[in-house]
Amino acid sequence: MYWDSKIETMEREELERLQYRLLKTLVYRLYSFSAFYHRRMEEAKVHPDDVKTLSDVTKLPFMFKRDLRDNYPDKLFMATQEDLVRYHVSSGTTGKPTVVGYTANDLEEWTVSLARALTSCGLGTKDVIQVSYGYGLFTGGLGLHYGAERIGATVIPTSVGGTERQIELMQDLGATAICCTPSYLLHMGEAAEKMGVSIKKDTKLKVGILGAEPWTAEMRTRIQDWLGIKAYDIYGTSELSGPLFTECTEQNGIHIWGDFAYTEIVDPKTGEHVGDGEKGELTMTILKKEALPIVRYRIGDITGMEHEVCACGRTHPRITRITGRVDDMLIIRGINVFPSQIEHTLMGIPEVGQHFQIVVDRKHELDALLVRVEVKPEAFSDKITDLMKIKEMVAHRLGAALTVNVDVELAEPGSLPRFEGKAKRVIDRRKM
Amino acid sequence: MFWNERMETLKGKDLGDLQLRRLRWTVTQAGRVPFYARLLGDASVGTGDIRTLQDVAKLPFTSKQDLRGGYPFGFLAVPLREVRRIHTTSGTTGKPTVVGYTAKDLSNWAELIARNLTMVGLGEGDVFQNMVNYGLFTGGLGFHYGAELMGLTVVPSATGNTRRQIEMIEDFGVTAIHCTPSYAMHLAEVAGEMGATLETLKVGCFGAEPWSEATRGELERRLGVSAFDSYGISEMYGPGVAMECPEKDGLHIWHDSYLVEIVDPATGEALGPGEKGEMVITPLVKEAMPLLRYRTGDVTMLMDEEICSCGRGQKISRILGRSDDMLVVRGINVFPSQIEHVLFSLPEVGEQFMVYLDRIHQLDEMTIEVEMNRSTFSGELRDLHRVQEKIASALRETLGIRTDVKLVEPGKLPRFEGKAKRVVDRRGVLF
Amino acid sequence: MEHERYFIKQISVFSENRPGRLAAIAKAMEEDGINIFAFSIAEADGFGVVRALVNHPDKAYRKLTGLGFVVSFTDVIGVKMRDEPGGLYEVARILGEAGINIEYSYAYSGKEAAVLILRVDNIRSAIEKILAHGGSLMEAAAFR
Repeated sequence: MYWDSKIETMEREELERLQYRLLKTLVYRLYSFSAFYHRRMEEAKVHPDDVKTLSDVTKLPFMFKRDLRDNYPDKLFMATQEDLVRYHVSSGTTGKPTVVGYTANDLEEWTVSLARALTSCGLGTKDVIQVSYGYGLFTGGLGLHYGAERIGATVIPTSVGGTERQIELMQDLGATAICCTPSYLLHMGEAAEKMGVSIKKDTKLKVGILGAEPWTAEMRTRIQDWLGIKAYDIYGTSELSGPLFTECTEQNGIHIWGDFAYTEIVDPKTGEHVGDGEKGELTMTILKKEALPIVRYRIGDITGMEHEVCACGRTHPRITRITGRVDDMLIIRGINVFPSQIEHTLMGIPEVGQHFQIVVDRKHELDALLVRVEVKPEAFSDKITDLMKIKEMVAHRLGAALTVNVDVELAEPGSLPRFEGKAKRVIDRRKM
Repeated sequence: MFWNERMETLKGKDLGDLQLRRLRWTVTQAGRVPFYARLLGDASVGTGDIRTLQDVAKLPFTSKQDLRGGYPFGFLAVPLREVRRIHTTSGTTGKPTVVGYTAKDLSNWAELIARNLTMVGLGEGDVFQNMVNYGLFTGGLGFHYGAELMGLTVVPSATGNTRRQIEMIEDFGVTAIHCTPSYAMHLAEVAGEMGATLETLKVGCFGAEPWSEATRGELERRLGVSAFDSYGISEMYGPGVAMECPEKDGLHIWHDSYLVEIVDPATGEALGPGEKGEMVITPLVKEAMPLLRYRTGDVTMLMDEEICSCGRGQKISRILGRSDDMLVVRGINVFPSQIEHVLFSLPEVGEQFMVYLDRIHQLDEMTIEVEMNRSTFSGELRDLHRVQEKIASALRETLGIRTDVKLVEPGKLPRFEGKAKRVVDRRGVLF
Repeated sequence: MEHERYFIKQISVFSENRPGRLAAIAKAMEEDGINIFAFSIAEADGFGVVRALVNHPDKAYRKLTGLGFVVSFTDVIGVKMRDEPGGLYEVARILGEAGINIEYSYAYSGKEAAVLILRVDNIRSAIEKILAHGGSLMEAAAFR
């Protein structure tokens, strides 16, 4: 089943001609109307006329996360307030988050990309899709919601949390598909068994659209065997609009719609292209994005690319499973967490010192984030309740800043390891 | 400003004819639901008996308890494959009430919200921050779709992290917000602490809980907004049943979509304009889940039918209270029966419990005192913590709200003869 | 080894943090001529657990339960401490090296020696280790 067979099965050469046309238009638009891109292209000594073939994309300068941060909140936007219809916000490394604006066309493109993707996973009007990604500023919830609504499915917008309630609704409302992080689905599986419910036997669930955090082929096998569903990988980041691309029923790589994005895999150090199938940093140009243009954006995710036509008949290139991050960003239950954010928050709390340690673990299949922090000697009290209050306050402040639940352990002054040079404050005990 | 001027200002015979046609359609649509087929059959009422709008009184009432009996899909009048969305709202016990929407329902709903927002002066170029829960709660997605339909810039900020909400209002130049009035009070407090002036704000849409004129004055002064009361209930579409116009003297019912009656809660007899009673709503355009004469439990009155200077039709007064014991906690509907259901299913809970509602820093806080169960006391403090956590998490699962659980010694809590009154609301009116 | 010889029955009483609760417990003990050797209070938000070592635990249990208190028994051990510097360190070191976690402890000054009361996560192993290192433990018989 295709959502748009004409585009999805388009001959490769034709697709590349289309990509070239879109790229050329994009470059002219940016050079003419975006002060930022104009300056960048001047600095790189490239003019839109220099882009004569699709491979000339390499003449264009790269764009990094810091470019978005430095231009907070909307200095890179190419749409007026009248044309903007939505903002999404993702957590940033320090104080300010990254802001993504959308025009009506941007939302439409995003929705269509997901409508194609969900159709390629075998979903359609008869399906009941439970969207268990967070709704709101995070792109996962509303993104999948719009995609699922577009294909005519019945959408249950459960958002995150309330696991027992989620399982009851899955069972009672006959959900056939669920969208969430793979670790949350494993957690649901465990919670269901505690409730005496087997997802495999007692529900109609047959498809999982899983992503927002890295997972492995082994995890897929476990989820599929245990829960009796087909588990598909979904990919996207908020800068690109949100979750956008999934595997098809072949489960052999994530289809990146070529009319939507031009994909490169580069060596993170040199920026040079790596060969087909080789691992490198995912770099994308979103060809039709209006409000926040994304050109050669170095996403930081490590993956490889496959150009062979897929057995499903779709001609668009595929990327393989994400195997890691170029930088030190942690992904906790689908939320990006930077150690610097934790540092930043703790700095603002007078009762605790600046020494801390982050321990990431997987408990009951869910990522658990523990922050151990030293209490300042002057804040120490022999009343347990006072210490509990400090602990709760720190957990609350961290939780609010990171938008994930944080466990806090108070440590004695001087007990946590000190570092000279680059601190190694993160202990990641999760087994992939 | 109107979103749909013709519908919003429809009057007299034109309105009556439209309402009658739609009421008859709704009765037919409801007939597809086995519950109503039986009820209408028992009362020997059919579409043919509805000849005037007054004939609505021939139709049976629908109560919240009736909906519980239909869980999960018993009230759907269309096949599931035609249902595009499901929302849930709190039921009277453990199971929620399920509300279904067809594609047409979703577009009807978005239009009603667009009317709300246009009526209070918003339009293209406005930036709208939607500070209510998204997901299963109808407030979030409801307002979101309406604002998007109008072409506003939507910041789907949902709830929580008040400081960040304030930063976003300032950074994005937000001109309008939607939240509960108590959250708005909290927002004003935190903004004051942060020294944020919120200069760009001009409109506040507040709903999901009752609030007073005094609160309106306070919010308008502290947030620099014009504050409007919004009314809706999830069993209809959600928000978008009625809203205040700039006159701020009563809420206009979207009369082409909802037929409103005010009845005496005890007898069910119809009450006239100016008489306080329970609001009963019959939706006129709902496809997936039509309802007949739904008893909302909200107490209000019809306002005298004089033309509002804005040109729109029938108004109800602001909600004056509840005819049942439902509580609204941080905008979420909670029934004491739900709390009992949860607590008495936990073995760690002893013989008695009490629930206290307070307003602390403008936010609703629910404290539950639970008598220890002797047979589950291990002597270890950490096991007591575990019990506390278990109770709080069970309540969070069912009610969707955070509670503060306190364990007390057996025999300490009051015993009741006759009907137990285990919920003590110490909040008073929102001032 | 007969570990049970050293299992001392501590009574744990659930109590709200409000004035007069401790006095009520103490008064009840006094009325029945029960001697409290040692006690400690663990507090939490709004409630706590009063832990006590008494000469007649079963009698105390009946008395307090009869008054409506929520009471339970917890097995603890009592280590007789050498009255010299480093005594506590010695006990803590022995348990620490054996990987035994001390959940809480309190102390009282007995007739012959100071007694350290310990609640540990592995009571049998703790008894073995302390005795093996030449330590001396209170026997349960002293509390009946």
